[in-house]
Amino acid sequence: MKPLDIIVCVKLVPKPEEVTVNAETRTLDRAKARSALNPPDMNAIEMALGLRERHGGTVSLLSMGPPFAAPYLQVGLAMGADHAYLLSDRLLGGADTLPTSLALAKGIAKIGEWDLVLCGEESSDGATGQVPQGIAEWLGCSQITYAMDLSFLPDGRLRGEREIRGGHEVVAVPLPAVVSVKLAVNEPRFMDMERRRNPEAVTIWSAADLGVDPKWLGFEGSPTVVGAVWQAKSPERQRQFLDGTPQEKARLLAEQIRRML
Amino acid sequence: MIPSAYSPEEARGLWVFLEQEAGRLEGVALELLGKGRELAQARGVPLTGLLLGQGVEPAAREAIAHGADDVVVADDPLLAVYTTDAYASVAAQVILDRKPETLLLGATPNGRDLAGRLAVRLRTGLTADCTGLAWEEGTGLLLGEVSGFGGGVMASIKCARHRPQMATVRPGIFPPPSADPDRAGRMEFVPVSLDAAKIRTEILERVRHEGVDITRAKVLVAGGRGVKGDFAPLTEIARLLGGEVGASRVACDLGWIGRDRQIGQTGFVTRPKVALVCGISGATQFTVGVKDAGLIIAINSDPEASIFEEADLCVVDDLFPVLEALIAELRGAA
Ligand SMILES: Cc1cc2nc3c(=O)[nH]c(=O)nc-3n(C[C@H](O)[C@H](O)[C@H](O)COP(=O)(O)OP(=O)(O)OC[C@H]3O[C@@H](n4cnc5c(N)ncnc54)[C@H](O)[C@@H]3O)c2cc1C
Ligand SMILES: Nc1ncnc2c1ncn2[C@@H]1O[C@H](COP(=O)(O)O)[C@@H](O)[C@H]1O
Repeated sequence: MKPLDIIVCVKLVPKPEEVTVNAETRTLDRAKARSALNPPDMNAIEMALGLRERHGGTVSLLSMGPPFAAPYLQVGLAMGADHAYLLSDRLLGGADTLPTSLALAKGIAKIGEWDLVLCGEESSDGATGQVPQGIAEWLGCSQITYAMDLSFLPDGRLRGEREIRGGHEVVAVPLPAVVSVKLAVNEPRFMDMERRRNPEAVTIWSAADLGVDPKWLGFEGSPTVVGAVWQAKSPERQRQFLDGTPQEKARLLAEQIRRML
Repeated sequence: MIPSAYSPEEARGLWVFLEQEAGRLEGVALELLGKGRELAQARGVPLTGLLLGQGVEPAAREAIAHGADDVVVADDPLLAVYTTDAYASVAAQVILDRKPETLLLGATPNGRDLAGRLAVRLRTGLTADCTGLAWEEGTGLLLGEVSGFGGGVMASIKCARHRPQMATVRPGIFPPPSADPDRAGRMEFVPVSLDAAKIRTEILERVRHEGVDITRAKVLVAGGRGVKGDFAPLTEIARLLGGEVGASRVACDLGWIGRDRQIGQTGFVTRPKVALVCGISGATQFTVGVKDAGLIIAINSDPEASIFEEADLCVVDDLFPVLEALIAELRGAA
C-alpha cells in the first residue's frame, strides 16, 4: 500500500466543568473557562498516528478557531503530527455546522494532498457529531461515522468497523474518505517533549485564503441561531443513607421501589 | 447566507424519518411519530412519515397505526440496508420534490450519519440530539432543546429561514404512542432510480443483538466492577420488576455483559423510573446516563463512593446479601 496522507480535524473547546450560564443575561460565560483540545479529537489523532505507523505517510492537523488555538495544536505536533493548520478569522466566528464543515472542507482542499480525513465523534461544547458528515458532503467523498477500527483491504479500500444501534457493522469504502472516530476507542499517547522543543510552526489561514464568499462563513453563514440558554438542573437527590441488616435495607428498598412503579 | 434550497413560504408539513431494521420500525421512529402527532396537531399540518427500505409496506402500515397521516415509501433492494449514499440520495430527492417544512430524525448512529450529510446537501440547518421539541410562540418555528458541555448547559436552537428545519432527537425521550390498527392513512410509493455503482459503501458484515433497548426500560438494574462478573441477582431483580439490566463501561469492557446495555456518555442515556445502581463508583461519564431517573438507589461497599452524591437511597454494604434479601422481598410480594 502507498503511504497515507491523513488530515485530522481538531477543535479547541472550553473545559465543560468551567463553563457556566450567566443567570441575568442567559448567555454562556466562557471567559473564565480554560480551553483544551476536544477530548474525542485526541482519539482521532491517536488513530491517525497508528495508521501512519503501519502505512507511512503524514498526519496534518486542521482546526478552525481563535488565534490562541495555535499553542494547543503544538500539543498535537508534540504527540507526533507532522503539520498543523489553523483557520482563524473573525469572519469565521459563530459558525454552526453548515459553515464550519464548509470552511474545514475548503481548508482540506487547500492543504492539497490527502487520502483520509479523521474527525472526533463530537465536540464537547454542544454540537453533536454533524461536522464530519458535512465535510464529507462538501468534498463529495464517502464517509464512515462512529468508526471503532480502521484498516485496509488488499484492493486498497478502507475497511471500517462502525457502531450501529444495538450492534456493529464492517464496511468498505473507497478513498478518499472522511471518518468520525468513536469516542474512547483508544488511549491517546502522551506528547513527547523532545518533539515539543522544536515543533514546526502552525500555518494560519484567514477566511480570504479559503476562497469562499464570506457571507457563507461564520455567524452570517449559519442557518441556525441559539435562542435561550439556561443551566441544566438535575433532580435534587435525597441522599438518604439506610441503616440496618441487609434484610431491613432490602425491605425499605422494595417499599420505595413499589411506590415509584 | 448560504441560500436555502426552498423558501419557508413554499414549505409545508411535518415529516419524520422512519428508521427501520429488517422491515420493522425502530423504537425511536415510533417515539417520533408520537411527538410528531402532537406537534402536527398543534400546528394544523399533516404528519408524514418518510420510509426507506425493502419490503417495508407493513412498516408503513405500522406507522399509520402509530399516528402518521401519510407515509412516503421508497422501496428498493438497494435500500434494504442503510448506506449513506443510497439513503441520502433518495431522501434528498424526495424532500426537494415535496418541500417539507420540518424533518425529524432519530439520533441513532445511522440517523445521525444521514442527518449530517443531508443537512449539507439541502443547505439547511440541523439541531442535533434534541431532548425536547416545541413550536416557538408567534413565529411557529421549531425550537429544539439541546444540552451541551457534558449536560450542564441547555439551549434552544431554531432555524429561521432555511427549510426543512431539521432536528435529530435522542432515543428514549418521548414515549412511544399506542397503536390504533383502524387508523386511516395514505401510503404512497415513490419511484426509486438508484445506480448500484454510485453506492460507495459495501457492507461486509453486520451484527445486531435483537431485543434490548435500555433507553425504554422503566426499571434499570445496573451493575459495575463491583458485581465481579455475576449479573445473576441483578437479572433476577430486573425480571421481578419488569425492568432491564444495565451496566457500567467497565463491566462491558470486561466482557461480563453486552455493549448494548452500557449506560453513560459512550453508552446510552436513560431515564427510568427507578435506577438500582450496584457496585458502580459513580464517575460522571456513567452518571450522565442515569441522572434523569425518577429514583436512584446506590449500593456500594465504599462509603466514599461518589455515586452516593447522585443517589436518593444510599446503601453502604456488600451488594450480594442486599440483593439476595431484595429478591426474597420481591418474591414474597409476588
Ligand atoms: C471518554 C470516556 C468515556 C466513558 N464513558 C463511559 C460510559 O459511557 N459509561 C461508563 O460507565 N463509564 C464510562 N467511562 C468510564 C468511567 O470513567 C469509569 O471508569 C467507569 O464508569 C467505572 O466503572 P465502575 O463504576 O463499574 O468501576 P469502578 O470505578 O472500578 O467501581 C467499582 C465500584 O464497585 C464497588 N464495589 C466493589 N465490590 C463491591 C461489593 N461487593 N459490593 C458493593 N460495591 C462493591 C467499589 O467500591 C467501587 O465503587 C468513560 C471514560 C472515558 C474516559
Ligand atoms: N472548528 C473546528 N475545527 C476543527 N475541527 C472541528 C471543528 N468543529 C468540529 N470539528 C471536527 O468535527 C468533529 C465533530 O464535531 P461536531 O459536529 O461539532 O460535534 C470534532 O470532533 C472535530 O473533529
